[in-house]
Amino acid sequence: MPNLEFDTAHLLAGGLVLVSFVLLYQDRLTSLLNIYAVHALVLALSVAWQANIQDAPHLYVTAALALGFKAIVIPVALRRIVARLGIHREIETVVGIGPTMLCGMALVALSMVVMLRVTTEATPIAREDLAFALAVVLLGLLIMVTRRNAVGQVVGFMSLENGLVLAATGARGMPLVVEISAAFSILIAFIVIGIFLFRIRERFDTVDIGALDQFRGERR
Amino acid sequence: MTEFAIARVDLVLLIPLAAAALLALLPGYRLTARLNVAATFLTFLAALSLLFTAHGAPGTYLLVDDLNVVFIALNTFVGFTTSVFSASYVGHELETGRLTPAHLRFYHAMYQMLMFAMNLALLANNIGLMWVAVEGATLTTVVMVGIYRTHEALEAAWKYFILGSVGIALALFGTILVYVAAQPEIGEGLDAMEWTTLVAHAAKFDPALLNVAFIFLLLGYGTKVGLAPLHAWLPDAHAEGPTPISAVLSGLLLNVALYAVLRFKILMAANVAAVAPGPLMVTMGLVSLIFAAFMLYRRRDIKRLFAYSSIEHMGIITFAFGMGGPLANFAGLLHMTMHSLTKSGIFFAVGHVAQVKGTQRIADIGGLTETHPWLGWSLVAGVVAISGLPPLGIFMSEFLVVSSTFARAPLLAIPLVLGLLIAFGALLLRLNGLAFGEPRGPIQPVKASYGPLFAHLTLVLVAGLYLPPQLVAWFQHVAQLLG
Repeated sequence: MPNLEFDTAHLLAGGLVLVSFVLLYQDRLTSLLNIYAVHALVLALSVAWQANIQDAPHLYVTAALALGFKAIVIPVALRRIVARLGIHREIETVVGIGPTMLCGMALVALSMVVMLRVTTEATPIAREDLAFALAVVLLGLLIMVTRRNAVGQVVGFMSLENGLVLAATGARGMPLVVEISAAFSILIAFIVIGIFLFRIRERFDTVDIGALDQFRGERR
Repeated sequence: MTEFAIARVDLVLLIPLAAAALLALLPGYRLTARLNVAATFLTFLAALSLLFTAHGAPGTYLLVDDLNVVFIALNTFVGFTTSVFSASYVGHELETGRLTPAHLRFYHAMYQMLMFAMNLALLANNIGLMWVAVEGATLTTVVMVGIYRTHEALEAAWKYFILGSVGIALALFGTILVYVAAQPEIGEGLDAMEWTTLVAHAAKFDPALLNVAFIFLLLGYGTKVGLAPLHAWLPDAHAEGPTPISAVLSGLLLNVALYAVLRFKILMAANVAAVAPGPLMVTMGLVSLIFAAFMLYRRRDIKRLFAYSSIEHMGIITFAFGMGGPLANFAGLLHMTMHSLTKSGIFFAVGHVAQVKGTQRIADIGGLTETHPWLGWSLVAGVVAISGLPPLGIFMSEFLVVSSTFARAPLLAIPLVLGLLIAFGALLLRLNGLAFGEPRGPIQPVKASYGPLFAHLTLVLVAGLYLPPQLVAWFQHVAQLLG
C-alpha cells in the first residue's frame, strides 16, 4: 500500500477537524469535556502516526503527553470542578447551533483555501496537516467566542492548542523544544486557569462570565 | 563569542531567575523589597556591560546584536527603577491591607520571573524560544494583574489571559509556518528556527508562505503590543493590577512584543518576493493612534487614561517602523525609548496619587499641584512630555516621525498629525482637572519615592535638549539594520 502513510495521516488530521465540529455544538459542559477527551485522543493518534512515518521517536513523547495529560488528566480534573460547582447541566452556548455550524464550515473552507494555496512547495502530508491544523485553530477560536462559561472557553482554548501541536508535528523535523513547550504551556495555562476558576468561585459563586460583565471597568 | 561574554549574557538571565527562586522562599517585606531592587540593579549592570563590549558570534539559542542590546539596556533600566518605586508602593499596600505578606512574596517572585522572561525574549536567537519567553511573560503578568482578587481585577486578568493566549497561539502558528518555509532550504532541525540562519537564507524561502506567516505573527504579537483592534485587554490590565505592573506593562512588555514583530519584519525584508510588511504595520499603527486618541476623551479612570495613551504611542511607534527607512526607524527607536521612560514615570506618579487619594477616579482627584506640589508638578511634567510638547524628548521623536512622513508620504502625515493633536487635546484637558483648580479628595502628605520618577523625567528632558553623538550614531546604526 504505497499511500497508506498519507491516507492515515489525512484520516487522523481530518478526524481532528470533525471532532472540533462536534465540540462546537455541545451545549452541556460534561459532554463538552467528554468530546474534548476524544479530541485529545485523536491528536495523540495523529502525532503517533507522524512519529512513525517521520521516523522521529521524540514525537512519541508528544503523543504520550497528549494522551495522558490532555485526554485523561485535564478532562477528569475539569469534570470534578464542574461537578463540584454543580454546573454540569447548564446550557451555555451564546449563539444557536445553526449559525455556529455555518460559521465553522466557512472557517474550514477559508483555511483550506489559504493554506493549500501557499504551501505548494511543501510535502503533501505537511500541506494537509497545516490546512487541517489551521481549521482546528480557527474552530477553537469560534468555540471560545460562542461560550459563555469559563470552562467552555478553556476547552475552546485547549482544542486550539491541539491544532497548534498538529501543525508543529506536521512540519517535518521541527525541534522538540517547541512541542514540549506547547505541552508545558498547557500545564501552566491550566494551573493559571485553575487558580482563576477557584477564585471566581470563591468570590461570586459562579463561573458564568456573564456575571462578570456587569462591570466594565468604569461607569459610563 | 568569548567565554567571558557568554557568562555576561547568561547573567542577564540568571540573576532574575535566581532572585525569583530566592524571593519565593524568603519572608518579610523589607528584606524582599530590597532584594528585589538589588537583583534588578545587578541585572541592569550586567546589561550595561553587554552594551559596552563587542558582541561576538551568535549562539544557537542566545544572540546579542546591536538591535537587542538597545532593548535590553532599556528593559533592565526601567525594571530597576520600577523595582525602587515598587518597594515604596507595596509598603503602602501592605499597610492598607490590600496585599498580604504571602501575596507580596508571590508578587516579588513573579516580578523577577517577568524580568527573566522579557530578557529571554529579547536575547533569544531561536524563534521558538522567543515565543516561549513571550508566553511566559504573558502568564506572569496575568497572575500579577489578578493579584488584588477584586471583582474588577479578576475580570481584567481573565480578559487579558484569554486575549493574550489567543494572540500568542496565532503567533505560534506563524512561527511554525516560518519553520515550514525555511525547512526546504535549511534542512530539518534546530538550524531552521535560528533567527540568524533564517535571515541569511530568507531570500530563497517560499514568499507566499512567508506572507501568511507574517500575518499570523503580526496579529499574534500585535495583540501583545496592544494594537487596535486587538487592544481590549490593555486598559483593563493596566487599571486593575498593581501600579508597578502597569508601569512595566506599558514601558517594557509592549516593547518586547514589538521587538518580536521587528525581528520578523527584518526576515520579511530579506525576501524580495514577499509582501512588504511596512504598509500592514503603518495601517495598524494609524488605526491604533486615531482610535486611542478619541478614546482618551471619555476616560474616567486615571490609570485607564494613560493605558489608552500607551495604545496611542505604540501606534505611533509601529507606524514609524512600518514607514521604514533610516530616518523613520531612528524616530521609532527614539520614540520607543522616550515613551518607555515617560510612561513608566507617569505611572510612578499616578501610583502615589491613587494611593493618597484612595481612588483612581479622575473626578475625585484635583488640585494636585497645590496639595502635593512635588507629586503634582511631576505629573504635570510627565503629561506635558507624553503629549509631545517641546522641549522634552517625545516632542523630538514625534517631530522626526512627522517630518519623515511628510518627506515620503505626505498624505499619510495628515491622519498622523490629526491623531497626535486629538490626543494632545485630551491629555491636557484631563491634566487641567487633575493638577490645577480646587483640591479634591484627601490631602494628607504622601510617602513617595521620587528617585525613579525624577530620574525618568530628567532623562526625557535631557534627551529633548541634547542627545549625545554616540547615542545618535548608535541609533542610526540600528535604524540601518531595521531596513
